[in-house]
Amino acid sequence: MPPREENEFTSERHVYEPHKIGLPPLRPYVRELWRRREFAREMARTNLRAQHFNTAFGQVWLVLNPLLLACVYFLLVYILRGAGSRGTDFFAHLLAGLFAYYFISDSIRLSVKSVTGGGRLILNTAFPRALLPLAGVITAFMRFLPTLVIYIPVHIVAKLPVDQHLLWLIPLILLMFVMAAGAGMLVSALQVYFRDVKNFLPYFLRVWLYASPVLYYADEVPEGLHWILYVNPLGGLLTAWSDVLIQGASPEPWAIGMAAAWAFGIFIAGGLFFVSREREFAVRL
Amino acid sequence: MSSLSASEPRIRVEDVSVTYRTSLESAPTFKSTVLRLGRREKVVREVEALKGVSFEVPEGQVLGVVGANGAGKSTLMRTVAGILPPNSGRVEVHGRVSTLLALGVGFNRKMTGRQNVVLGGLAAGLTRDQLADKYEEIVAFAELEDFMDMPMRTYSSGMYGRLAFAVAVTMEPEILLIDEALSVGDARFRKKSFRKMRELCGENRTILLVSHALGSIKELCDQAIWIHNGELRMWDDPDAVVDAYTAFLEVGEDAFTMEDV
Repeated sequence: MPPREENEFTSERHVYEPHKIGLPPLRPYVRELWRRREFAREMARTNLRAQHFNTAFGQVWLVLNPLLLACVYFLLVYILRGAGSRGTDFFAHLLAGLFAYYFISDSIRLSVKSVTGGGRLILNTAFPRALLPLAGVITAFMRFLPTLVIYIPVHIVAKLPVDQHLLWLIPLILLMFVMAAGAGMLVSALQVYFRDVKNFLPYFLRVWLYASPVLYYADEVPEGLHWILYVNPLGGLLTAWSDVLIQGASPEPWAIGMAAAWAFGIFIAGGLFFVSREREFAVRL
Repeated sequence: MSSLSASEPRIRVEDVSVTYRTSLESAPTFKSTVLRLGRREKVVREVEALKGVSFEVPEGQVLGVVGANGAGKSTLMRTVAGILPPNSGRVEVHGRVSTLLALGVGFNRKMTGRQNVVLGGLAAGLTRDQLADKYEEIVAFAELEDFMDMPMRTYSSGMYGRLAFAVAVTMEPEILLIDEALSVGDARFRKKSFRKMRELCGENRTILLVSHALGSIKELCDQAIWIHNGELRMWDDPDAVVDAYTAFLEVGEDAFTMEDV
């Protein structure tokens, strides 16, 4: 007999056995996921095409939306707080924060129905289901990239520093991606069991925005409310994001530490939950 | 056949049991869960779809699967395809698998035919090059040249089935799982798909075929199994299985169990 191999999806030899503690063997799972990454990219491309991302006006609309929203929030904060010292650097902070926040919330909104909407594909094809929410995250990421380009002129007009500190953006964006993937897997699996998760999401996402240092600077949070920045998964991450972009400084250790802990925590929790529930998807849809 | 029987079987199903829980609600929600609190209402049903089924399919054999509705045939196909891993026992499959299951290929009705074929193929593990090679052949077989860039919700059910059949048979799988798919399309396409099936059956491919058309089971298959209430009732040559199955259908279950006693 050939050597036993725990393969779930490979093309040549498949062994299907009961999953131990509800989890499929993870190493072949990840290998197959990677082998089919083309699927997630194609899915994202198809989604974007459906949103007319491939036309010039479609792209303009996608950037215009958060840009106008930034103007609305700027006006709101300006009126509520009085003129004060809010200038272009606050607008840059607001814009950068909104764009980052929209990447995360878009990822969640786009992946929440990825499994329940995956219907026939899930019923008829054996493949790592995690590809479906990941496709949602990739879609959100492709929408996030052009907004970064929009941010550049604002950064320059506000005369914000351009130096080596900006290299911190790379790990920060990576952490956002990891967090978005974890959250996407979590909500898309929950959606299978509670089909109204997507109805609760808008409220949750709105509160999340207000609890994040986007409409205000992190250091403006009153002493007694500082815990919010720790409890909020985006608290540390967006504090670090603003420190790097607006202050031109390295993020504080607590901020980057909290950001990494939350991102990987959500990724591991969401990933394990998703993968352990995956077998049931085919009979729950 | 005899030279092959010595080699490893292509599909080996060993004492496989599959149970799963499905929700009785069409759309379970958090709201309904909260509203139901305190009331003892059963909303989750445990289904024992397969109970200790074992069989083997050697290379080149066409195995027919018969059984009443809800007997577990489709679950068996999904287990062999790896969509629903077993709760106990073991399934071993050697070779590239292509599935044509009862619910159609992985198609999203909002997307175009082309997008569906590409996404379905990528999900099944094909590379872009392999897909590009096969794409024209699929479209030609399905005779849907003018419809590939339209959303699939505009397709008729016959066109839908034709595309699904074309995808499954064009991928040149070593193992083909077919669940009641021989009756798609109009009379002409049905004839064409039957011809294609016969061609595939003759090509030393391993095929698992679920069908209620007992005539085609007799004609196409080398062996057949009969599944009843999740258990393997019979595994023999197709004529014997089909005869026993039709006899059972005509006399009904009561008489059969009486005979058993």
